[in-house]
Amino acid sequence: MTLWPRSSVAKKFLNAVTGIGLLLFVIVHLSENLLLLTGNPDDYNRWTHFLFSFGPLLTVIELGLAAFFLVHIGSALMVYWDKLKARPSGYSVYRSAGWTSRQTLSSQTMIYTGLVLLAFVIWHVITFRFGPHYETVIDGVPMRDLHKLVVEVFSNPVNVALYVAVMVFLGLHLRHGFWSALQSLGAYHPRWTPLWYTGGVLVALVLALGFIVIPVWVYYYL
Amino acid sequence: MSKKMTLHLRVWRQPNARTPGAFVTYTVKDVSPDMSLLELLDVLNEQLIKQGELPVEFDSDCREGICGTCGFLVNGVAHGPKRGRTACQQYVRDFKDGETVTLEPFRAKAFPVIKDLVVDRSAFDRIIAAGGYISVNTGSAPDANSIPIPKDIAEQAFDAAACIGCGACVAACPNASASLFVSAKIAHLALLPQGQPERIRRVLRMVEQMDREGFGDCSNHGECEAVCPKSISIKTIALMRREYLRALWSR
Ligand code: HEM
Ligand code: FES
Repeated sequence: MTLWPRSSVAKKFLNAVTGIGLLLFVIVHLSENLLLLTGNPDDYNRWTHFLFSFGPLLTVIELGLAAFFLVHIGSALMVYWDKLKARPSGYSVYRSAGWTSRQTLSSQTMIYTGLVLLAFVIWHVITFRFGPHYETVIDGVPMRDLHKLVVEVFSNPVNVALYVAVMVFLGLHLRHGFWSALQSLGAYHPRWTPLWYTGGVLVALVLALGFIVIPVWVYYYL
Repeated sequence: MSKKMTLHLRVWRQPNARTPGAFVTYTVKDVSPDMSLLELLDVLNEQLIKQGELPVEFDSDCREGICGTCGFLVNGVAHGPKRGRTACQQYVRDFKDGETVTLEPFRAKAFPVIKDLVVDRSAFDRIIAAGGYISVNTGSAPDANSIPIPKDIAEQAFDAAACIGCGACVAACPNASASLFVSAKIAHLALLPQGQPERIRRVLRMVEQMDREGFGDCSNHGECEAVCPKSISIKTIALMRREYLRALWSR
């Protein structure tokens, strides 16, 4: 049997579970990054120092996160590949029927916004996680000065512009992704599903705007 | 009497599966606005036959929106502009006088074109054969209502059972997925007591057959629901996924 994980339904389970995992990560990550805006560089550095103090456990978490990315991307590419195979020659005229269709710019561009996010994540990890190592001392404890690195990276307007652009893509990805993940897991409710569908716009806006505020703030005020 | 109308039909002509096709535009003059789209094609075909040309091949049977035989894309939408209707229930009055209307066959690898607007939908039959049935002892007819079914469950099962298997869901889906069709059949049987004995096997086998036929995966665009002549909700797709999880669990 073409069961696990190649079946069309199983692929979407994997894509949805990892998508929700990544969404939760993104929410946590935004909350952490808001520490950059407290006005005291020590707040952010204390937090990252706390994370680094996890040692090997942090590595395990990071590898887990990487695995989520890989499974998400793998299942997404499979869905995309199957789509190309399933309709080798397209329509000369095609349009959405509208009405109850959930086909949007966002749903049509998932693979493109996703690939942009992938490129971004690689750049992002290289710049920050494996970027230059500045030192600072807080209350007599030496630690990595990531705050300084963030300010340095976002003093360059090109970086700020790129970052802001990618966050628009993140918003687009989540506008369809949020409700789609729930639907992929079989969670349909006549009352709640329309709310989730509309709520996707809110989730997308809050996360995209939240991430956009940070580099812009850093550029102008720090 | 309402004013006569003229329509230009840009129709996909393809002699057979192996020969490439192309669009040909025909004009049908002075037809009644209350004629159906298929009757318009009948008129066109009479013209073509008189001119010694091959008529446009298309499928139809009941012509009252209940059998699921007809179907093609009309101006880029499966079955045509009026929602909740099959192609045979679209009317000339739904178009503008003098408009050019594009008619294109359902396109999917699993639905190869046989000729012109006719596609081979036997993939659906094979999916049904894989699990879309119940096994019963055929004896004398049982008493009506001998199996009690709550009203709301019966309604949901009936909503799913309204599927006429036309294939518009596949045609409209950007991924050419058959999920709405397959899930409607699974939902209809999984909700009723008669469907319980084969419940686990059914979802696994029907999904497996759907994949084997070369349909795409569902990305939740929901386009299927919008073109379904029976307005079957994608909640049946969610139900199919729950059935599948259940089946994996209890295997
Ligand atoms: C921050 C990172 C990301 C988050 C939060 C995220 C989130 C999500 C969510 C919640 C879904 C919905 C799952 C579903 O439809 O069942 C989804 C779908 C999808 N994701 Fe991501 N994703 C991320 C990164 C990526 C990356 C790097 C790719 C690269 C290819 C990608 C490609 C896709 C695609 C193509 C789909 C749609 C799958 C389909 O058509 O069925 N995503 N994503
Ligand atoms: S011919 Fe039967 S539904 Fe159109």
